[in-house]
Amino acid sequence: MNDNLLKHEEATTRPRDAVDSKSLPDPVVGYRRPSLGTQPDYLHSPYVSSISRSPRLPLIKLPHTLTEVTGPVFSPKLVSSATADLTTQHSGLAIGERIIVSGRVLDENGNPLRNTLVEVWQANACGRYLHKRDQHDAPLDPNFSGEGRVMTDENGRYQFMTIKPGAYPWRNHHNAWRPAHIHFSLFGPAFVTRLVTQMYFPGDPLLPSDPIFNCTADENARNRLISQFDWEMVQPEFALAFKFDLILRGRDETPFED
Amino acid sequence: MSLQATTWQTVGPYFRIGLQYLDTFDLAPAGTAGERFAVEGSVLDGEGNPVPDAVIEIWQADSNGTYTGASVDESSATFTGFGRIPADDDGRFRFTTIRPGQVPGPGGAMQATHLAVRVMMRGLLKGLVTRMYFPTDAVTSDPILKLIPEQRRGTLIAAVDSSRDATLLWNIQLQGERETVFFDC
Repeated sequence: MNDNLLKHEEATTRPRDAVDSKSLPDPVVGYRRPSLGTQPDYLHSPYVSSISRSPRLPLIKLPHTLTEVTGPVFSPKLVSSATADLTTQHSGLAIGERIIVSGRVLDENGNPLRNTLVEVWQANACGRYLHKRDQHDAPLDPNFSGEGRVMTDENGRYQFMTIKPGAYPWRNHHNAWRPAHIHFSLFGPAFVTRLVTQMYFPGDPLLPSDPIFNCTADENARNRLISQFDWEMVQPEFALAFKFDLILRGRDETPFED
Repeated sequence: MSLQATTWQTVGPYFRIGLQYLDTFDLAPAGTAGERFAVEGSVLDGEGNPVPDAVIEIWQADSNGTYTGASVDESSATFTGFGRIPADDDGRFRFTTIRPGQVPGPGGAMQATHLAVRVMMRGLLKGLVTRMYFPTDAVTSDPILKLIPEQRRGTLIAAVDSSRDATLLWNIQLQGERETVFFDC
């Protein structure tokens, strides 16, 4: 075994000084399974694209092995002040209502997740994405790409600056409009802690009719996708602020208690 | 303290804006130890149509069977075990990597060499997790494959392309007769 493997085992299995991992039938401590209704089903027919893209056969329950409880590590070089401020990535300022989005990334056991990569992307203030397939008849902003990323700090906190995205129409059903949202992509410590989700804004009148927001059966779980207006982070005469905490899966058993 | 994991949402059709900076078509840069392969395939929907707006992410061990923990950055100069590969306009994906070593599974039994794969796309509300196994003798005793009804196991085992060197073929089929095995994990 080389040093890297040893390091990984310390991070992913029971403490090695307790029992030699080779003598344990299964030294891997798995991650918690989701509570009923708190994650979407693959088939949610009001979201029409899910009909031909969701599996039909039952999923096979996979015990967590070393493959599932390890995961990629991301270099701090992937983030910078430029990736953390979506409003100043071009020669002029992005058009739109400037907002600060911040929050914490924790696991289900309440532990802050440090140095976790958070990738975000979004439409511009008019509801248009900088993407060749977006045909919405709304203007592009030459000063806004809609791409950002940050890393959580020692306390699991992240923060970025952007503009509030606009709502936009889509063809899912008659007069379908997506509520304003920001896409989030996180990895956490393991292959199974990966999370891709969308952050919404409080009071958006489009939320009740959006099949994507409503795909999660549990009302509390889905409402946690709505950010909160955050007076404490509002910068006077500069930017409004919204708070959005993210929870990644936690281990069934944790080697360390709070 | 007990919290509930945040609910997934689809990556939607425009994920390339935020994700393509880490596209990785070669997981094994020059100098990486191990037997090198190209993996090619398509993502196919329930009508058998290729899905042009899918992205797959790979997680794999190195040739010693170690999940290295080497940092992923934009230079792709070292083997990290991570790869992110978008499907092209025809729904096809292609990447090169090395065959990983075997890693232990449940009960200490060694697993056959495999890549962990997550598929994401518009229309998928939550990433789909699957595995691609290398076509080795070890697949017959793999503890995870044994959990799958026998007639479906083949959907996870790549085929050797007889017309080209070191090329493996593997499709991800979302529905239909050869629906790929996906995992609840």
